[in-house]
Amino acid sequence: MLTRSSEVIVIGGGVNGLAAATRLAREGARVTLLETAAQTGGAMAARGAAGDMPLAHLTPGLDPRVAKGMALETRGLRFHAPLRDTALDLGGDHRTVAGGLASGADAAAWATLHQRLMRFASVLAPFRAMAPPRLKGGGNDWGALMRHGLGLRAIGAREFRELLRMVLINAADVAEDELNDPLLQGLMAHDATQGAWLGPRSPNSLILYLNRLAMGAQMRLPVGGMGSVAKAMTEAATAAGVTIRLGARVAQIETLEGRVTGVVLDDGARLLADHVVSAISPKATFLDLIGPRGLETGLLRATRDIRARGATARLTLRLNAAPNFRGADLQSRMVIAPSVNAVEEAWNPVKYGEVPKRPVMEIVIPTATEPELAPDGGHVLSALVQCAPHDPAKPKAAKTAMLKATMRVLEDYAPGLGEMVSATHFLMPWEIEAEYGLSNWHHAELSVEQMLFNRPNHATAQYATPIAGLWLGSAGSHPGGGITGAAGWNAAGAIIRGKAV
Amino acid sequence: MTGLKRATQLLTTPFHARTSAANLQGRWGPWAGYRAALCFGDVDMEYTAIRNAASVYDLCPMVKYRFTGPDAEAYLDHLTVRNVAKLKPGSVHYTLWCDDEGKVLDDGTLLRHGPQEFLLSCQERHLPWMLDAATGYDVTIADVTTEIAALSLQGPTSAAVLRLAGWDVSDLRPFRMLKVDFGGAELTISRTGFTGDLGYELWTSADHALPLWDHLMAAGALHGIRPIGTDALNLARLDAGFLIANVDFIPADQALRHDRARSPFEIGLDWLIDWTKGHFNGRRALVAERAAGSEWAMVGLDIEGNVSAEGSILYLGKKKEVGYITSAAWSPSAKRSIALAQIRRPYHESADIWVEIYAQRELQYAKLMLKADQTARPFYEPARRRTTPPQAF
Amino acid sequence: MIYDAVIIGAGHNGLVAGSYLARAGMTVCVVEKNDWVGGAAVSRELHPGFTYSNCSYVSSLFRPEIMRDLELPRHGLQILPFEGGAVLTEDGDYLGMHRDHDANRREFARHSLRDSEAYDRYARDVQRHCRFIRPMLMRTPPDPARFRPRDVAELAWLARKMFELPEAQIAEMIRFWTMSISDYLDQYFENPVIKAYLAVSAIIGTALGPMSPGSAYVLLHHYMGDVDGNVGAWGFARGGMGAVTKALTASLQAAGGEVRMGSGVDRVLVSNGRATGVVLDNGDEIRGRRVISNMDVKRTFLKHVEEKELPGEFVDRVKKFKIRGSSGKLNIALDSAPVFPALPEGSTHIRGDLHFTDSIARMERAYDDWKSGTFSRDPFQDVMIPTMIDPTMTPPGKHFMSCFVQYAPPKIHGGEWTDADRDAFGKTCLDQLEAYSPGFKDRVLHVEVRTPRELEAEVGLTEGNIFQGELTFDQLLFNRPVPGYAQYRSPVKDLWICGSSTHPGGGVMGAPGRNAAAEILREAGQIKGMRDAYPVL
Repeated sequence: MLTRSSEVIVIGGGVNGLAAATRLAREGARVTLLETAAQTGGAMAARGAAGDMPLAHLTPGLDPRVAKGMALETRGLRFHAPLRDTALDLGGDHRTVAGGLASGADAAAWATLHQRLMRFASVLAPFRAMAPPRLKGGGNDWGALMRHGLGLRAIGAREFRELLRMVLINAADVAEDELNDPLLQGLMAHDATQGAWLGPRSPNSLILYLNRLAMGAQMRLPVGGMGSVAKAMTEAATAAGVTIRLGARVAQIETLEGRVTGVVLDDGARLLADHVVSAISPKATFLDLIGPRGLETGLLRATRDIRARGATARLTLRLNAAPNFRGADLQSRMVIAPSVNAVEEAWNPVKYGEVPKRPVMEIVIPTATEPELAPDGGHVLSALVQCAPHDPAKPKAAKTAMLKATMRVLEDYAPGLGEMVSATHFLMPWEIEAEYGLSNWHHAELSVEQMLFNRPNHATAQYATPIAGLWLGSAGSHPGGGITGAAGWNAAGAIIRGKAV
Repeated sequence: MTGLKRATQLLTTPFHARTSAANLQGRWGPWAGYRAALCFGDVDMEYTAIRNAASVYDLCPMVKYRFTGPDAEAYLDHLTVRNVAKLKPGSVHYTLWCDDEGKVLDDGTLLRHGPQEFLLSCQERHLPWMLDAATGYDVTIADVTTEIAALSLQGPTSAAVLRLAGWDVSDLRPFRMLKVDFGGAELTISRTGFTGDLGYELWTSADHALPLWDHLMAAGALHGIRPIGTDALNLARLDAGFLIANVDFIPADQALRHDRARSPFEIGLDWLIDWTKGHFNGRRALVAERAAGSEWAMVGLDIEGNVSAEGSILYLGKKKEVGYITSAAWSPSAKRSIALAQIRRPYHESADIWVEIYAQRELQYAKLMLKADQTARPFYEPARRRTTPPQAF
Repeated sequence: MIYDAVIIGAGHNGLVAGSYLARAGMTVCVVEKNDWVGGAAVSRELHPGFTYSNCSYVSSLFRPEIMRDLELPRHGLQILPFEGGAVLTEDGDYLGMHRDHDANRREFARHSLRDSEAYDRYARDVQRHCRFIRPMLMRTPPDPARFRPRDVAELAWLARKMFELPEAQIAEMIRFWTMSISDYLDQYFENPVIKAYLAVSAIIGTALGPMSPGSAYVLLHHYMGDVDGNVGAWGFARGGMGAVTKALTASLQAAGGEVRMGSGVDRVLVSNGRATGVVLDNGDEIRGRRVISNMDVKRTFLKHVEEKELPGEFVDRVKKFKIRGSSGKLNIALDSAPVFPALPEGSTHIRGDLHFTDSIARMERAYDDWKSGTFSRDPFQDVMIPTMIDPTMTPPGKHFMSCFVQYAPPKIHGGEWTDADRDAFGKTCLDQLEAYSPGFKDRVLHVEVRTPRELEAEVGLTEGNIFQGELTFDQLLFNRPVPGYAQYRSPVKDLWICGSSTHPGGGVMGAPGRNAAAEILREAGQIKGMRDAYPVL
């Protein structure tokens, strides 16, 4: 049980670590947050590796519970208006999408589909805000489960049937069944598979799109950049009494008789704690910090079996002028994914550790919205590029090929762009892992078999772990990542309820 | 079938040239992919050799793993429930290992050859589990089943046979071992066995199998030595109350039906667990089970009458089904009808347990409902089993 | 006369449904467009003296309860378990299968000692999933959106079955159903050849690759059958797969049912919203109190029922039902037994399924070709020589070989298959055989190459899909074929569906036909003579 004198250590100062630490501190626990880097924020913090850009360049908006609970608005966190999406066309005939509104001949079909999927997303969303249910046994919030379960059925028999049909369908079928415009189909295929380890024709891909819609149909840019979120959250944590230690790398989580006793830092310092919340990768938590000797073999296997392959590469270009994507709105979220097949074909090679010929990508130019972010008057182009091989045989060559392919695609869509580049920062998945500890964008692949009571695996799905006092609270736990803080907030809730396994 | 690059038939053990010559009835059975003698001639005579003279049993099909390396001890402490740190070089202990849920994967004998070298002999194969469990340990695991020729020499005259073979085992206490030279190869003699009698197990390299056999047979010629098959051994092991995987319990990783797996408490082997040694596989679940109680109990039964209760169901007060027999026989040594049985707790403490036996006699079944009393195990334990130096017969 | 039931299509499910109905006392007429019965379970003499199982080629899924109910053994059906099987590897080695557990372990150990033992846990785990799913095959799926007592009771039954398992096992089962077979196998095995062999059942007949999520379920679909209680085992029907439908036809006729061959159905007669019979291509009208279609759901409703008789939403859903043909087939008459030099002489491997795809990546690349609209350049072939076991199909010493091929798309780059495409496809497959069996082509007496085009034209399987529709969750259980219509009924009163487009899906299983018959008889109030699935002990 969490008591007023409980010593809590939170490992990892990313969005989930900050959310968990703050919530626990507000309950009266004495919380120390340990962050390896020189600043908090994790994927939200601007770091040199990504060209002084954060790894994550957008947020769907923080989980409302987190935003409210940490009073982020009163701490000055503001967002620009929700971004429109632009599905880029090679010929300049772009489509703009803002939620259910799409340009082009397919507008009506898009609106109908969007409405239906939003309906599904809205009844699934409440499950994001609670601990995954236990299939048997106690600890469930039965009231909430009943309520949310009935919510699924309350959409009517017809829609409920459609939900059951579509919940594990592939995104490509839905896009092709319900839409005709290849650009809109491509946009949907891209958004469904971004950050995941599958293609749009892979079954179970639509639910990732629904999850995205459940977080927010439109992405957002914080005023001042993603770092503003980190800053506001860090202030909130400090105000709640969290002690933040930067540059503190945990070497070992210590246990005695199956119970956590504290952590040892890599400088040898030993910190005692009643509870340790790991807001870093679940795999690293068990395999590196607890270590295999502290794990039972079944749990070791289950941990090893957590799949965490990342297929996203991170590109930052410093530009000395505004690029021209054939007239596209530079303040929008631009997506290069001209068709379902374009996304599928970008996915195919990475299965074998190869580089796609034509990667697909999401592009944001934060300086177009907020010129102050580039004091030198230039622009920053920030892109998440899919699909990059996770573990190629020749990493160096793969990186070169991937960057080359990416630049070729960019040049096709924005002729002359190459000339404007003054600096290039490009991170392949393994470099992102080395720098940020994210082997997959969500620590553990977001996929149906790693959702809910199987996220990151069955033994650790309710934030509690078989090791008493050790809790998981990163994007690797339910409901996954996306700069919302939901996983960390939920984890803190689980600790507060004290319903440890 | 000839010309096959790889044989598909049963393998033979390094002793096969001798065992096949000795097997008068050709009664063989498959054992872990090997051809194993069920009986060489007469089960009663072979059983009598175990209890009266000296018996030789081919142990080669037992699965053997060798663990070496600086972390071998720590690793085995993690893997198994018993305290390996307490097992001194030159010693052997009986142990078992569990999965995360505290269910038994298998049991076996662990021989410590040196500070960093162990040999585990068990019934089932576990390489993937053992390799996975070795993550983070500096230990090398090798399946040495085919490299080692192992022979069990059991019976009251076994020590004398060894002495005549040139090896003085008079100081060798139970669960200790001795290394001797045999034709240039190392021969390990451990005072262990599966019969509950005075006896030894001999371990050497496969290419020394036949000379070892011949040497023992010659040495024991005047001491009633004879090869025995699995049938006789099975009788003797039941006398001793020993369990066999897949007979008396289902290894947890093989159980298709989840409710078939058993914890050490449930098969009466919780006494092996060292609760103080720190973390080991299954500990968390076993601690919980110790507090909450178990579902099953393994008991020894003394059943009235003289009809074997093999494969029978147990009843409370002749009515309520509460368990089943896993092994049973008429024990020629104990002169009792004995059985190992699983009983659902708390009925294992009841004095009102009955066994329903369908005994087939000339095609027809006699249905019996016989009283089964709990009794201590071993069902039969001669003093010579533990006496050091061994008695002269 | 007016029949109690007119059944469209003498495939195995149509015949199963017809036999049950006839046995319950109904008058039954099965109409078949071909001059022979069997649909995709046929034995045909396409080369003099050679019997071909030229569509389906092995049996495991066919429910033993149905064989018994319909007295198929009495009508001549014999199932022969087969042995052996092997993957021949590119480097000239092989991984062979043995029925004996220890022999099989030793062969696996030749490739990986660890995997040889990991196989036991793998087999145990897959067996557990089979045990769960087998009882569901012979039950009508509930409609989770309705609150009728039967639906509620059936849902409760499903929930109860699930909650009999420990929590971790339920979670693991849900994981298994949704995973790719590649990821699943990675949890157990390290050796690529062993993984490639075990992944086979996850891609047979489906437009999924071994790396597609959901492919592990397809594997289960192929493992949940049995040969005489040996779950997961496969066998041949003696005399070819046509022996199954031949016995079914005999059973049907013995119960008074009729089969009318040689003219297909032009349309289903509907009046006042009720099906009243069919009109054949030759103009004949056959009246019936109910019409039961063994055709796939697209063919039934988009080609043979007037659209005005159907709700628009239903038609839309049927149009979007995913059939996705993905397989082709070569049926080969051989002058002598082929020799695969990699296999030990005299070994039994050739008496089972032979494959040449020695890694999951090669399978997946074959699937990538399908996705891009072509047949696989390096196809996966499931090669069987039933005449190694069955002496009835060819003259002694001669052989019939069935090569099932993944992947072949329903259209080539969006266009129709041409004869030249078909020949190129056939050549690709034959070249692969020749590479592993030098001199193979010289033994060939006759080859029938079947692309999805041929499968559709002859058997009537839309897009040539052997399951009458993909086995993905959006089309399984209560979603199959269309949510709200998973109980063998259609929007038209008295028009029923009983093919593999319905639960529990494809393969020569008979369960859809049996379940449809059960629903019909239940509605008619005369259900009898139909046994429930054997309990799983």
